[in-house]
Amino acid sequence: MTDNIISEIENYIAAQILKQPTRKIAADESLISSGLINSFSLMDLALFVEDTFGVRIEDTELNANTFDNLTQLASLIESRKA
Amino acid sequence: MTTFPERLKALHSRTPNRVAITLQFSGRDDLPITYAQLLGAASSFAQTLEREGIQPGEVVVLILQHGENLVSSFWGAILHGAIPSIMPFLTEKLSPERYKADLSALISVTKPVAIVTYSEFEEDVRAALQERDSVRAVVVADRIEAQAEIDFASLKGFQRKPEDIVLLQHSSGTTGLQKGVALSHQAVFNQLNSYGKSLGITENDVIVSWLPLYHDMGLIAAFLMPILSGIPLVIMSPFDWVRAPYRLLQAISKYQATLTWLPNFAYNFCAQKIRDRHIEGMDLASLRAVINCSEPVRWESHVAFYERFRDYGLKFEALQTSYAMAENVFGVTQNQLGSIPVVDEIDRESFMVERVAKNPLDGRPSMKMMSSGQPLENVRVKVVGEDRNEVPERIIGELALQSDCMLTGYFNRPDLTEKAFRDGWYLTGDYGYISNGEVFVSGRKKDMIIVGGKNIYPQDLEALTYEVSGVHAGRSVAFGMYDETQGTEDVVVIAEVDSEDTQEQQRIADAIRLHVTKNSAIALRYVKVVGPKWILKTSSGKTARSANKEKFLLELEADREN
Repeated sequence: MTDNIISEIENYIAAQILKQPTRKIAADESLISSGLINSFSLMDLALFVEDTFGVRIEDTELNANTFDNLTQLASLIESRKA
Repeated sequence: MTTFPERLKALHSRTPNRVAITLQFSGRDDLPITYAQLLGAASSFAQTLEREGIQPGEVVVLILQHGENLVSSFWGAILHGAIPSIMPFLTEKLSPERYKADLSALISVTKPVAIVTYSEFEEDVRAALQERDSVRAVVVADRIEAQAEIDFASLKGFQRKPEDIVLLQHSSGTTGLQKGVALSHQAVFNQLNSYGKSLGITENDVIVSWLPLYHDMGLIAAFLMPILSGIPLVIMSPFDWVRAPYRLLQAISKYQATLTWLPNFAYNFCAQKIRDRHIEGMDLASLRAVINCSEPVRWESHVAFYERFRDYGLKFEALQTSYAMAENVFGVTQNQLGSIPVVDEIDRESFMVERVAKNPLDGRPSMKMMSSGQPLENVRVKVVGEDRNEVPERIIGELALQSDCMLTGYFNRPDLTEKAFRDGWYLTGDYGYISNGEVFVSGRKKDMIIVGGKNIYPQDLEALTYEVSGVHAGRSVAFGMYDETQGTEDVVVIAEVDSEDTQEQQRIADAIRLHVTKNSAIALRYVKVVGPKWILKTSSGKTARSANKEKFLLELEADREN
């Protein structure tokens, strides 16, 4: 399940945010602190996650302390769904 | 004829307990600041500058985040007669090395004598200083205690004259930081008078803003104008807004705001990214004007914004446009409030090829240009051709202007100041045309990229890519590309490398993306790494940005079709 979540988010980031559909993102690759995802795109990512997985992410959570890689984001989603 | 300190003192004596500013913070109660409190905190700060030996007329750079310290140190510098310049705050994303380079760029030309920051950044700032540079003091804002008593007689700002320089505005990046727009008290007041009149501003207005104060739109329209005119201002951090754009609408509804300013992308951003659950029950009917300014204005963005928020009381005629620049303090034109900006549908091909705005021809593609309004009463605008002579209506050329609120000069750069004017007219570097007294802005003459209202010099981004291993100097190109969905430009970087290996190219693309983001706080949308001889050069060996952009667009289109 977690793998599915990870790959769905990975595809979204590669195609929609980075505009490099074939690009691979490692599950532990840092997303926010590295600058890969900027603040405008972070908002897009949060909306995508909310719509796709039916969970809520509050704006105060949109920072590297809440999640900074795909594994952390996936487990955040899992915990909210439970 | 007056000065900032005199005006503040008058407001203070007339309405000491009136709230001048309400600061909003994420997760904290709103903080109202009265004129008495504002002057109290500012005069304590002025005394600190005095103790540090800072003289009136010397430049003080402020590196502070949204909050009380930024407000009181700005006005404190004013009360002391020093010249404040607000520099973008060091974000967590930006690398310390880059910040050091930026600060050096600023110091090299502007020669500030003091830098004001927080205790937690004191060390970073000191580390960025060099022996024998102009900086004599690093002032830690959060260590200054406000005093209740204000001794006006001891404040040196009251000796300043209306024609003296009151503040500097810089745009970002190495290039922008070496070019400070110096404005006089008188120029700012002339602007506020004419701009305020065009808005029909009264003390019943309420301004709400999320705009950064290191940018003219935030500093002038949503900081100086309200505070110096006795109009309540509600202000939040741009960092909070970008994570939660609904906060702007909440603030408008809560304070029944009448005026707010947004760059074009923010219309799209708000329309697309605000959830119903965050704006339930909001009332936007109090808004007299939401003013679109500081990047090309788009009719489609207005429509999207209106459609999204019409059910919350937003009036379509509240959506307004303005054309502004720091060199004119701020506003050059403003659409007449209460009326919808004129939309001019023109033939696309004549616009692109003949540089003329013609009525659309049957069956041929057209484009919608939205007017930025009419020149303010103290501003004259004309359009000039390549030979600098005025061209007739509807011919596209460079916009030139004259006013009584122009910059005093680029600070310490008489060479640039001289180049900017021709026969008493300031050449804006923007292309556009005039029709029936309406000013239409169509693009930039220079290669400047405008993303989210922020001006970016492509050469700064290109220089950063050269620092990435595998990229040679002179072999990358940066440009902006309009993105319909975002309502602003996407930044594209193309770098030419020796390797033809796609994996190696991908590695370099990633490295460029990370390096540029970390060192400029600009996110790149497209990073394309290509093999030798991709980039087109002019006959003199310079990179031709527009030719490379065309080539990139053609390849992108071909990719999409495949």
